[in-house]
Amino acid sequence: MTDESTPISRKKFLEELRRYEKGSVTRRHFLGVTGLGTAMAVMSGAMPGLVSGRARAQELGDRAVLATWPNYHDPANFDLFTDETGVFTQVNVFGSNEEMLAKLQAGGSGWDVFVPTNYTISTYVEADLIEPLDISKLPNYDAKAFQARFADAGTIDGTVYAVPKNWGTTGIASNSNHTGGVVDSWKSFFDGARDQWTGRAMVHDYQLTTIGNALVYFGHSFNSVAPNELADAEKLLIDVKPHLFAITSDYQPGMRNGDAWLTMCWTGDGKQLNSDMPEIGFALGKEGGEIWSDYYAIPKDAPHREAAYALINYLLTPEVNAREALAHGYPVADSRTNALLPEELLDDPILYPAAERLSALEFGAAATLTDPNRAELMARFKSA
Amino acid sequence: MALTQKQTRWLLLTPAGLWYAALLLLPLAVVLIFSFGERNAVGGYAPGFTFEQYANLPARFAAFRNTMTLAPLGTLAALLIAYPLAYFLAVKVSSRWKTTLLVLVIVPFWTSILIRSYAWIFLLGGRGIPALFDWVGIEGVRLINTPFAVLIGIVYGYLPLMVFPIYVALEKLDKQLLEAAADLGTPPWRSFLQITLPLSMPGVLTGTMLVFILLMGEFLIPAILGGGKVFFVGNALVDLFLQSRNWAFGSAVAVALVVIMLIVVTLYGRLARRFSVGRDDVGLM
Repeated sequence: MTDESTPISRKKFLEELRRYEKGSVTRRHFLGVTGLGTAMAVMSGAMPGLVSGRARAQELGDRAVLATWPNYHDPANFDLFTDETGVFTQVNVFGSNEEMLAKLQAGGSGWDVFVPTNYTISTYVEADLIEPLDISKLPNYDAKAFQARFADAGTIDGTVYAVPKNWGTTGIASNSNHTGGVVDSWKSFFDGARDQWTGRAMVHDYQLTTIGNALVYFGHSFNSVAPNELADAEKLLIDVKPHLFAITSDYQPGMRNGDAWLTMCWTGDGKQLNSDMPEIGFALGKEGGEIWSDYYAIPKDAPHREAAYALINYLLTPEVNAREALAHGYPVADSRTNALLPEELLDDPILYPAAERLSALEFGAAATLTDPNRAELMARFKSA
Repeated sequence: MALTQKQTRWLLLTPAGLWYAALLLLPLAVVLIFSFGERNAVGGYAPGFTFEQYANLPARFAAFRNTMTLAPLGTLAALLIAYPLAYFLAVKVSSRWKTTLLVLVIVPFWTSILIRSYAWIFLLGGRGIPALFDWVGIEGVRLINTPFAVLIGIVYGYLPLMVFPIYVALEKLDKQLLEAAADLGTPPWRSFLQITLPLSMPGVLTGTMLVFILLMGEFLIPAILGGGKVFFVGNALVDLFLQSRNWAFGSAVAVALVVIMLIVVTLYGRLARRFSVGRDDVGLM
């Protein structure tokens, strides 16, 4: 992971990025020196006969529809992509994998690219909802550069269906002005939410994490589908519900305006909140919880398939991916991208918690996605 | 070439008939069939014939209870605010200003209800109206993500739909009746109760019915201003189809909602007719 192995050094890349952001250099200059222009050239090389951006646009179409998660991209990257290819990226935001699965099952989602989490991919393959990826159309994807742990869920029986976007954890963000310090266990989260922090806590609108962390509170597995353990979790959640500020996966607004004091929180949201408001800290629950990795995949019925490949390929370009990471604060499993990121980000305890904390965490299990009891439990909790 | 009366009737009814058959009756039939089915292993629908989904309806009791509380409350609040406004517009305003003021009532419709509801998040959030209360010394006011916030959103969103039917009814009011009453020494409050109010009842009934029926199916405002905690039947339906993927149960909940709505609307229509004896134009119920 030396700087020399990349087309531009970490330091130089960041300098150029600041200059571009300050407006002291043009977009064209920025693309040129950072190698983004080259990335585009590689892309057009992979698609023969395409030379200029506008000419390519005719082959790629004029849009790509991306279904992704809240606060998960650098909008400026989409603008650059449009400049280069003529393809406009239409972003749809979702708060749970169940919601994404439901849309794809219903058909006619209109999505070209979506961002499933590790444990859901096998179900998509079984249900014949996503297509095997043609890796030759993703020249910027280098499988060897990725840590296997965060990349292997995308490959099923030797076929690549999804390529890694980011990884992260699900922990607790808390505003220390009100909570008197970092909340670092699910026990204090759920007990405090019913007591001194009543009306101030948020849980995800997402069965995996909301039920999972309630299970962890009792010392059960995050992924349990055992009826008696789920009954424990349901009792806790129903008990907590009247005390919650909200059930939502878009929890940054509530934390930022001070209405909410603590929330279930994904790594990058924790980082974004902490950067802007240092009083908001992020910690993992010491009992355990979730570690996850997200992927880019293409639905079977994607209306703009070529634009989908172009978009994924673009977002996997190390220079683009580095800008994404700087904006959203989620760890990247790609060593080429990490070589471009500032050291302090790679040492950040929010992004990279201590190993012993990580070892208590579990990856989501495929069974939780389709388990009817978990689905109905979540629905009962919300409608209670 | 003159059309026979029968041909004319067919010509007039065919477009609407086709529209309703394809986009209302057919989907309703599908929903009815699905409601007797089962949930597929990965979610969705699996064919079957079972009453299990209907037996499971009590699991959504809270959603029905919330809808059946907040829909009538919202309708009543909208009526109490809309009636004086409609009366003012129809009776008190000079014709010079009337058009301008009526346009102002419609202006909110120029912006999507979604965006207007989002604006309420900021108004009702900690830095909005509660901060004002704080400033004048009333602390601890919490509005956003409460049933009251949903009620405010509902009344705000549906007010114009209540104002217009009442306005139209009051506008048609024959002022000579009021003058005659005054000549005969009737005090104004009495002529309001005995003349104006009864004659405006058709507008009141149309307005309340319109707002109430739409509120029964509401899901957007509770989702935005209720923080995922104030759940209507509409939210339960969205959840069953778009999250927990139990189409069969979702269909049963939808059928139950339609049945409840039909019963309530029929009863209300009957009641309305009794209160407006001798008036034919209430027949639009």
